Amino acid sequence: MESDTVVRAWEKRVLQPQHRAVKTAGIEPQRSAEPPQNVGTSERMASLVGGAAFVLAGRKNGNLGGLLLAALGASLIYRGAKGHCTCYEKLGISSATHNKNSVIPAQQGVKLEKHLTVNRPASELYSFWRNLTNLPQVFKHLISVEMRDGNVSHWVAAGPANTKIEWDAEVLKDHENELVAWRSLPGSQIDTAGSVKFEPTKNDRGTVVVVSMKYNPPGGQIADYLASWFGGDLKSKLDDDLRNFKSLMEASEIPSTSGQPQGTS
Amino acid sequence: MKALCWYGKYDVRVEDVPDPKIINSRDAIIRVTATAICGSDLHLYDKCIPSMQAGDILGHEFMGEVVEIGSGVKNLKVGDRVVVPFTIACGNCFFCSRKLWALCDNSNPNAGVAERLYGYSGSGLFGYSHIYGGYAGGQAEYVRVPYADVGPFKIPEGLSDEQVLFLTDILPTGYMAAENANIQTGDTVAVWGCGPVGQFAIQSAWWFGAGRVIAIDHYPHRLDLARRFARAETIDFSQEDVFERLNEMTGGIGPDACIDAVGMEAHGTAPDAIYDRVKHALMLTTDRSHVLREAIHCCRKGGTVSVPGVYGGYLDKLPFGGAFAKGLKFAMGQTHVHRYLPTLLEKIQGNGQPGFDPTYIISHRFSLSEAPQAYDLFRNQQNECTKVVLTP
Repeated sequence: MESDTVVRAWEKRVLQPQHRAVKTAGIEPQRSAEPPQNVGTSERMASLVGGAAFVLAGRKNGNLGGLLLAALGASLIYRGAKGHCTCYEKLGISSATHNKNSVIPAQQGVKLEKHLTVNRPASELYSFWRNLTNLPQVFKHLISVEMRDGNVSHWVAAGPANTKIEWDAEVLKDHENELVAWRSLPGSQIDTAGSVKFEPTKNDRGTVVVVSMKYNPPGGQIADYLASWFGGDLKSKLDDDLRNFKSLMEASEIPSTSGQPQGTS
Repeated sequence: MKALCWYGKYDVRVEDVPDPKIINSRDAIIRVTATAICGSDLHLYDKCIPSMQAGDILGHEFMGEVVEIGSGVKNLKVGDRVVVPFTIACGNCFFCSRKLWALCDNSNPNAGVAERLYGYSGSGLFGYSHIYGGYAGGQAEYVRVPYADVGPFKIPEGLSDEQVLFLTDILPTGYMAAENANIQTGDTVAVWGCGPVGQFAIQSAWWFGAGRVIAIDHYPHRLDLARRFARAETIDFSQEDVFERLNEMTGGIGPDACIDAVGMEAHGTAPDAIYDRVKHALMLTTDRSHVLREAIHCCRKGGTVSVPGVYGGYLDKLPFGGAFAKGLKFAMGQTHVHRYLPTLLEKIQGNGQPGFDPTYIISHRFSLSEAPQAYDLFRNQQNECTKVVLTP
């Protein structure tokens, strides 16, 4: 197959992502079905020029390396022309706009989302979550959450090298048995926002829980720092924490082997 | 207490370790009165299952007496005599509510690891690697049992430990293998492997209405057990071509159901079995799937392949084209032990008739302190050594 045919086929399959309109529970404006622009103007120009150069270089060179180069070029052209980068989207990054509803500057931070089904009624799950002081039971990096006045809570988390990171947060939205959304207040050591939605399943399996979280690390630094704070894989940590939540809700306890006997010779 | 700890390939030791404690409110502590070595423990002994850690306490077939209960356990009391299913299940999740106990969502503390490997995690198991939860096992004097309000099954007076010990795993595993085989009255069922699970799968196939059961192995003693106690016809694969023989015996049709009671460490001298052994020796594969290939190849069109044998990773050279062309059905997985306990206890009790006596598979009895020798014997003398029971 000619290299440009391969590139076109690849472009058709891979570069036309099917975007679902994701409801993000009020902490961000709703997206339209069209991929949103998340690449700034200067970056788009650079992507177009660089992409064209890669495609030309790749086509001159018919081997696998050339194909890959051409493919990379094609993806850059797409990024430049549409102003949309799938990679940026996955990372929750945008260099095009700043979302005014979010405390986290658009071009920074880490966004995580997780869906899970918990075999309990939405009201019970909402009650647990709405009492934010319960959260350290399932989120292992949280040391404590205390309620202050009204909607404000004080959060303490374990930071790197035995440090503590503290922040105040406010509940932004609170729809009974359906939704809780929160964000950190200005002046915090960390910028964070999150939401949790509860939706009864249609097939009697309990409640679908959708958790979205955004973090921007202390000092607005790069995401690596945040990753090191959590000891590596942030997504799998959230998965583990939410599995704890599910177990606690369904089985009244979190499975554990900590402290069990083991041979030592 | 004394416990059998794993340290590596062919390296298990009986050691003094701290007694187990209640960790969660739904836990119980059991004083073990009898425990067995399972064929699947040999996969650990042979270091074929990943994610073992030095010092892990082995053992998932055990029974005993309740000595302590957590505040959340209301249905047991100290002194109760129980058998404990090897699969740990919460009883509350979607899967438990559908009696898929071995797929419990809430019993594996390391579910994240299993999810990365398999997509989703099965239940936690006792003494069976950290992918399956890293729970300390029951080849010990005492064992902590999580979700003790769901798992442990009380045993009535008048039955010996040996009569009921195999309710913990291998008897339900053989039974579920036969249930999974979708046996219709009069069907011919072929069972690969005449170890304990194979023996109980043969017996269960009769209970499900099989007209004929053909057992395949190469150990003369195990084939003899299958003939004498489980009333199977037998094929010695070291002497005969299995496909040809099964084809002949079934009038050129093939068995209606094929049960692979061997799993990931298949023996054999066929070219594919040697290929697997070489790959395994080079650590290029975890699973030697000769039996599964043969079962797929031999099964009649539209038949069922049931897999109680354990597999751990990615299988090589599986004849999926053949399985597709013949429209085979597959069923497999860890055993939903809890589901079968009342039925199988009744079979053992017999209800006025002579009950089923599963003790015929026991070839050796040792004390717990002799467990390392027992593992060595079970590993290296599989003809004579069919099942080892240990008493702490």
